[in-house]
Amino acid sequence: MAYDKFTVLKSSAVPMPIENVDTDQIIPARFLKATKREGFGDNLFRDWRYNADDTPKADFILNNPIYSGKILVGGKNFGSGSSREHAAWAIYDYGFRCVVSSFFADIFKNNSLNIGILPVTVSAGFLDKIFSAIEADPNTELEVNLPEQTITILATGEQESFEINSYKKHNLMNGYDDIDYLQAMKEDIKGFAEERIY
Amino acid sequence: MSNLPKTLFDKVWDAHVVRKIQDGPDVLFIDRHFIHEVTSPVAFLGLENRGLKVMFPEKTFATADHNTPTINQHLPVQDPLSANQLKALEVNSAKYGISHWGLGNPKNGIVHVVGPENGITLPGMTIVCGDSHTSTHGAFGAIAFGIGTSEVEMVLSSQCIMQPKPKKMRLVVNGKLGKGITPKDVVLYIISKLTAAGATGYFVEFAGEVFENMSMEGRMTVCNMSIEMGARGGMIAPDETTFNYINGREKAPKGEAWDKALAYWKTLKTEEGARFDAEHIYDAADIEPMITYGTNPGMGMGISQHIPLAEQTGGSKASYEKSLNYMGFHEDDAMLGKKVDYVFIGSCTNGRIEDFRAFASIVKGRKKADNVTAWIVPGSHIVEQQIKDEGILDILTEAGFQLRQPGCSACLAMNDDKIPAGKYAVSTSNRNFEGRQGPGARTMLASPLVAAAAAVTGVVTDPRELL
Repeated sequence: MAYDKFTVLKSSAVPMPIENVDTDQIIPARFLKATKREGFGDNLFRDWRYNADDTPKADFILNNPIYSGKILVGGKNFGSGSSREHAAWAIYDYGFRCVVSSFFADIFKNNSLNIGILPVTVSAGFLDKIFSAIEADPNTELEVNLPEQTITILATGEQESFEINSYKKHNLMNGYDDIDYLQAMKEDIKGFAEERIY
Repeated sequence: MSNLPKTLFDKVWDAHVVRKIQDGPDVLFIDRHFIHEVTSPVAFLGLENRGLKVMFPEKTFATADHNTPTINQHLPVQDPLSANQLKALEVNSAKYGISHWGLGNPKNGIVHVVGPENGITLPGMTIVCGDSHTSTHGAFGAIAFGIGTSEVEMVLSSQCIMQPKPKKMRLVVNGKLGKGITPKDVVLYIISKLTAAGATGYFVEFAGEVFENMSMEGRMTVCNMSIEMGARGGMIAPDETTFNYINGREKAPKGEAWDKALAYWKTLKTEEGARFDAEHIYDAADIEPMITYGTNPGMGMGISQHIPLAEQTGGSKASYEKSLNYMGFHEDDAMLGKKVDYVFIGSCTNGRIEDFRAFASIVKGRKKADNVTAWIVPGSHIVEQQIKDEGILDILTEAGFQLRQPGCSACLAMNDDKIPAGKYAVSTSNRNFEGRQGPGARTMLASPLVAAAAAVTGVVTDPRELL
């Protein structure tokens, strides 16, 4: 297994009602100097989270103890910008297994799926409902059910379905990754390569 | 397969599908895999942990660019983390038999500059790299896009990647560009119209008179920024301009292989009547020199305009205000006359010889403004040599500018070329996100002509006044 299986996640959520959160904010470039996947959770949203002297910024959501959970809820166009997979690692290593938004940037969405984070796309209206529910009660629990492809605000029962590619869904539910799949078709690939004109 | 007319994108994609997964992504064969020091170390570690080898080292090309200093490259790299990554790239390349152009190698430079200039990038190829500006290579009629580190590991171990086939968008620009208006302005204009997420889920084809008349380097600038409109990648059909550029370059096919390749390349165009999922048409006459005023590449405008009011932008008012606050700008401000502290010319967007010729055309006979610090960074040693051979270095020196050494440099400021907090930079790079060029840095993206004009006047200036 490449990562822990994902089936049903029931958890409170951290709200981040900011649009266009780009991957330079999620993990600034100076942290891309790593040669191992370590310490990324500590550096998640580093420059929004900490002052230059490393003291936590009081008004940043991750530093507010009333919010916690394995789900991050973001404004539209979450994860835009650079392809750095380190952004997804930072989110996973901090402790989030699911990100909810009304719109995800493509490369970030792919990177997340590849490492075991489930990106859940909901309608703009449902996203607002989630933010309102959390604002009213920071302990609001969401249930993300991957087999059923639903996300539910447990207190009210309001629910929406989400889309996910069935191949990615299969992998997530089993903790598999693409590399395992591709190694199994090595001979086909080598045969294909021989036909190329380059 | 039906007999419906195909787009350029369809032709190249379909020719590379090794297997179609039921209800899943396509397994796409990759012709060229570029790697650099930032996104490859963990991928190689992953290979080792799984006990796998690199399947096709000869289709893999390594260069050091993101983390490298742009002065004193002959000295040991100061920053230990950077030095570590550079060493890892060198060691991994040697271990697996991968071509490696490290610091000091005469072919070293920014990955998306060195691929094309050495004839490694060719029409009809699929090309990936752990860097979002891989879309640059689409200028040759290739399907080229950025990937994450796990996908780097995937391509190293199987020479394939899993991708669902994106939707197709065509962006047409007709007419002729006015004087002082460059390919960089064309792409900034398009992004300002589409927004930074406007092409998400699509692969873009750029078409129309403006692109047919554009040089290869100009096409590379445009395709480079496809990602900034949210597209998976962007491409331009290859033509005589493309073939003439490639002919004779070191890794390009020769003799019989050239003839065979050329015959294939001539088939690489969108057929009459082929369907796109979306299309937008623009007129060159509407494009003036552009400059960005906010914190994403879509927040750009004509240089003579005023910063839009929040309600004119159609997005969240709070996010817009946060952005303008960060930049220290206000609604309805003019950009002309705004003070400039730093000018950066370089990056995979505008770090090629034509960009330096453009810069020189404005600074010739003039002097760098006293209040401006300028970083002039060639995209590769080959470009650096051309700058010297063409006498551009003399023009730069005469005007009070210094030429640095190749690297990604201030585009993302992983090395020491960081813009200090609160300072304003006119930059020929591709992203103006908060803190991109240094914590608190305030970036205005623009063309080499706008950058040159700012460098000699010390304020945001319409370059057409100096031409």
